[in-house]
Amino acid sequence: MVLRLLHRAMVFVLSVLAASVLVFAFMRVLPGDPARVALGINASDASVAALREQFGLDRPVVVQYLDWMRGMLTLDPGIEFISKAAIGPQIADRLQVTLILVTTSMILAVLVAVPVGIWMAVRHRHVDGVVMSAASQVGVAIPAFLAGIVLISVFAVRLRWVPSGGWAVPAQDPVGFLQRLVLPSIALAGVQAAVLARYVRSAVLDVLREDYLRTARAKGLRPVQALWRHGLRNAAVPVVTVLGLQLATLLVGAVVIERVFVIPGLGSLLLDSVAQREILTVQTVVMVLVVATLLITFLVDALYLLIDPRLRTGSR
Amino acid sequence: MMGRMRTSTTTRSLVAAVAATALLAGCNAGAGTSGSPDGGSEDGSGSADEGGDGDAGQTGGTASGGSDETVRVGLVAEPASLDFTTTDGAAIPQLLLDNVYETLVTVDVETGEIVPALATDWEVSEDRLTYTFTLEEGVTFSDGSEFTAEDAAFSLERVSSDAWTISLKSQLDVVESAEAVDDTTLEVTLSRPSNSFLYALTTRVGAMFDTEGVDNLAEEAVGTGPYTFGTWDRGSQITLERNPDYHGEAPYFATVEMRYFQDANALNNAMLTDAIDVVSTVQAPESLAEFEGGDFQIVEGTTNGEVVLSMNQQEGNPLADPALREAVRHAIDHQALLDTCWAGRGELIGSMVPPTDPWYEDRTGDFPFDAARAEELIAEAGAEGTELRLRIPTLPYAVSCGTVVESMLEDVGLEVTIDELEFPAAWLETVFTTKDFDMSIVAHVEPRDMANVFGSPDYYTTYGTEQVQTLFEEADTGTEEEQVTKLQEAAALISEDAAADFLFLLPNLMVADPDITGLPTNAIKESFDLGDLARE
Repeated sequence: MVLRLLHRAMVFVLSVLAASVLVFAFMRVLPGDPARVALGINASDASVAALREQFGLDRPVVVQYLDWMRGMLTLDPGIEFISKAAIGPQIADRLQVTLILVTTSMILAVLVAVPVGIWMAVRHRHVDGVVMSAASQVGVAIPAFLAGIVLISVFAVRLRWVPSGGWAVPAQDPVGFLQRLVLPSIALAGVQAAVLARYVRSAVLDVLREDYLRTARAKGLRPVQALWRHGLRNAAVPVVTVLGLQLATLLVGAVVIERVFVIPGLGSLLLDSVAQREILTVQTVVMVLVVATLLITFLVDALYLLIDPRLRTGSR
Repeated sequence: MMGRMRTSTTTRSLVAAVAATALLAGCNAGAGTSGSPDGGSEDGSGSADEGGDGDAGQTGGTASGGSDETVRVGLVAEPASLDFTTTDGAAIPQLLLDNVYETLVTVDVETGEIVPALATDWEVSEDRLTYTFTLEEGVTFSDGSEFTAEDAAFSLERVSSDAWTISLKSQLDVVESAEAVDDTTLEVTLSRPSNSFLYALTTRVGAMFDTEGVDNLAEEAVGTGPYTFGTWDRGSQITLERNPDYHGEAPYFATVEMRYFQDANALNNAMLTDAIDVVSTVQAPESLAEFEGGDFQIVEGTTNGEVVLSMNQQEGNPLADPALREAVRHAIDHQALLDTCWAGRGELIGSMVPPTDPWYEDRTGDFPFDAARAEELIAEAGAEGTELRLRIPTLPYAVSCGTVVESMLEDVGLEVTIDELEFPAAWLETVFTTKDFDMSIVAHVEPRDMANVFGSPDYYTTYGTEQVQTLFEEADTGTEEEQVTKLQEAAALISEDAAADFLFLLPNLMVADPDITGLPTNAIKESFDLGDLARE
């Protein structure tokens, strides 16, 4: 088991390294010069060159890469070109917002998807099970940003129940915070819940067909009891995998949702920085997302070992 | 004459712009006049703080006249920094100029004339090389120090130093020296007579800084204006506070919250749900339908934003042939284009001069829409089926009007391919710097920018003939009368040479609560002037 974990950890580190090279290289080939964006369309070549030097963009790319990596490892990726604001604290601020949004959405999605998925599986031969199953299929097809736009126009613009967007700091304005969290969380959780519910359904259906469940029934357990005592733990393995992958897509989906709802999270920072060609900020934000995604995958792997005793024995 | 204002007050109508809404069209037609979602105040109640939604609760404590109200203004582009001396872009002067930093002279947005600001008076010498400004007395900066001719001389000389890096600094290249004669007298000497000098002083290069206040311009702004810089929540809003020691009439609002929205729909939704009081610029005129017949005032004024269809006339490019450029101008039905892609809002101009400039002439008759003539010109040039790359920035007007231009040119037998380039970075690189394009569409919003845009063959418009350069020079160095006639000649020449096509002049569209007054109707300055803003 330790060997297996070590192996996973090494894959994790190598993936992060490879990703950093890719992200760095991609930002170098992206058209558009940060210095020219800062100086305006009539800037002379001499002043653009001077500013590139000030930004440190005239140095060899290897030096720039190593400098950036060192900055990230020491948790101080430097300052922004234009605003001169420190990048680290900015990302930390924005990350909090995004994490609140993503976590809320994930919890919401699980709370909806697990009972609904089990229901759909248990009742898969009944009308209600089929209807729910069809509804979840439709849900899978609705993109989060569309759900967001619809939710805003109904609940914010028409009914005036909640604000149409923005953000409030929870400690300063808890009510405003919750009001602003509701719609984006639902928009983000919607698709996830639909996808997840389908996985839960098929996982439970698989388990229901297993011999050990029939045996449990034969012992005299009622279907729900049998599922509860013997089925769910086994059904959880594939669901946890999907959950991990979905957490990663949620992080990325939040980028779009933050824009629709004017939420100052990591996504809006990323989009602003791309427009301004704040290369360092973009690179660092993308790496934060990459590390988060890889970390989730790693943790899911580790979780397997806890859930599934079969994996704990042999080294592979 | 320019500021048409329309106010409409019936019940609130609903969203229409987004496709999503169509799905819901049947659901509900009466969102009604209920209060804001947080149970906050209703429109026009004049309460202390319209922002019942929690984070809008900072009312200024320094009531030196006016009210202690807050006004919330929605804008689209958040500044990247507070320092317009080293960072280009419209967002910084829009926020700070005239509000925090003031200039010696400014532009009256109704008449387009240059009027006193920090200078109460100015004299021009016989040879038009020396300007003597008399400065207002008793003006202080927000850090408490006095504004004197020393600060003025420092500010103007600083523009030509290395401290300023943006390209616009070249507007003051003509300044030879700026000297303080005494505390309230400033003498500026020019290297040659220049009519554009005084106008340049109304823009950001004329901003007056404190000699002690320029250490951290990216994060601090010390000026003499009606407001002082308050707080900045990056990614959402910047607040300005009333300057208690302002030398002029104190502004009505104690606090102005400038709220930034990256997304135009989000901005409109905020207005519809009473989360903001003013939409500074409506991004897409179609979306005005959401506000029409509602409890809002819609303000339509004019701008300096000429939407230019540029044509790359460098040798070797198809549009180097003047006949083909003329064909393009004839092929475009400007009124139909304006109606289709900008909801008929805006004005047709025909050349590079907006109606608010003294040398404006109606040039829309130079190349009237005439598809037959266009086809004839193309046939004579043997250019049927010429392929043209229309490389446009990802900006609403360019995207929306680009397809109309494409179809109008294809109607007369040209092949047009549209490429959308991310703005600003990718567009700047491809079109502006490397000139890898045949046509592009961009609005030139800087005031009085005809000489900048068409004065040099190296500029992306690739025009700048010797003849037009001579006219620009004569206009700048001649008398004021000569300036007007020479610039009229230049505008005529640019139009007749088909140096570019001028699609239309962008309108200035704002939406506000019905009781908001003092909105800057015409957006012909670099600033979004908040000084006169009030609530009735």
